[in-house]
Amino acid sequence: MATPVKVYGPAMSTAVSRVLACLLEKNVDFQLVPVHLAKGEHKKPDFRKIQPFGQVPAFEDEGISLFESRAICRYICEKYTDKGNKGLYGTNPVARASIDQWLEAEGQSFNPPSSVLVFQLAFAPRMKVKQDQVVIKQNEEKLSKVLGIYEKRLGETRFLAGDEFSLADLSHLPNTQYLVTTSGRGEMFTSKKNVGRWWNEISSRQSWKKVVDMQNKGA
Amino acid sequence: MAAIRVHGTPYSTAVARVLTTLYEKELEFEFVAIDMKAGEHKKEPFLSINPFGQIPGFEDGDLKLFESRAITKYIAQEYADKGTQFKCGDSKTAAIIGVWTEVEAHQFDPVASKLTWELAFKPRYGLATDTAIVEENEAKLAKVLDVYESRLAQSKYLGCGCITLADLHHLPNIHYLLGTQAKKLFDSRPHVSAWVDAITARPAWSKVLALQKQQG
Repeated sequence: MATPVKVYGPAMSTAVSRVLACLLEKNVDFQLVPVHLAKGEHKKPDFRKIQPFGQVPAFEDEGISLFESRAICRYICEKYTDKGNKGLYGTNPVARASIDQWLEAEGQSFNPPSSVLVFQLAFAPRMKVKQDQVVIKQNEEKLSKVLGIYEKRLGETRFLAGDEFSLADLSHLPNTQYLVTTSGRGEMFTSKKNVGRWWNEISSRQSWKKVVDMQNKGA
Repeated sequence: MAAIRVHGTPYSTAVARVLTTLYEKELEFEFVAIDMKAGEHKKEPFLSINPFGQIPGFEDGDLKLFESRAITKYIAQEYADKGTQFKCGDSKTAAIIGVWTEVEAHQFDPVASKLTWELAFKPRYGLATDTAIVEENEAKLAKVLDVYESRLAQSKYLGCGCITLADLHHLPNIHYLLGTQAKKLFDSRPHVSAWVDAITARPAWSKVLALQKQQG
């Protein structure tokens, strides 16, 4: 019988890959349903029924339809508490509060400048869109400040929310992967002792390696 | 001394987000004013609460937190049995509420914050509003509110049939925008308009506005 868990969107999308990483960490079987972004499939009325903002991913499980990658990840952790990595979203309220704090930091401080850079440096060239050097410079400066704060934090704890790998770290994987491997900006991460160490650890996880594999295979 | 302390200024949208949640939950707390002009938020001891040097900072006993939406979530969880119950269903409803909470954070806030800055704050500081930015973001906000209009035609509040953090998180920016030309974007959409009326009428929100007046 086919799994009820469906993720709509290509693995190369950063937000889609966030959800895939979470499903793989939690050992939850899923089906990846292709959405043809280049053809604008995500902007069409049929797709907007499951994602009204016309973005990927969209997600389904038995009797539920969701969107927004970080909400989907939280749902997966809550629904499948006993599967795979049990501590991914914390095993007590204090741990969870710390994870939520760093997940918000990712969403509000890390994601905006890093997403712009991923688009400008990794996607614009493929899409034959002209790069904006002013925008690139502004966002490099913003991201650099954020990574300075991360450097200090990761000198105090092994991972962002504490000493265990969590959803907060996982949420950083998609954008950082592109910045380190495709965009020639790897030094922003690897030249910092603690951030470099952290990146090595989180990107070496089996779950993330599988996602990268899916991306490379054009899933 | 109250176990719960909020550091910041009540005019800040992020601080107001936390304050309204505390008032909804009927919790005692101490408000610790941060001197933004003196850059107090960029120095110790504030940085040991929020290393990003942004308000709010939050304490509950020994626990320290930053990021307003993580703070409100903690408050709702820790004090689930007090004050307003931010839920009306099962775990599936909780997941839907989670979706619309992310929508506020990633679809609404980036656009609304820019408009709040240009139309509400810049005039106060004697700075010139950038009309190009306003035009661009009013167009974006219109598209977001079109989605809200459809959603609120099916659901009384964004997450479900009762008020939750997904709705409350919008209050600080909406409050400022209602005092500007952007008001028309909310007024012209009947379900959005009714929802705005409902959330801005909350007694807890009036208490936040009273604190803003009091703190000058």
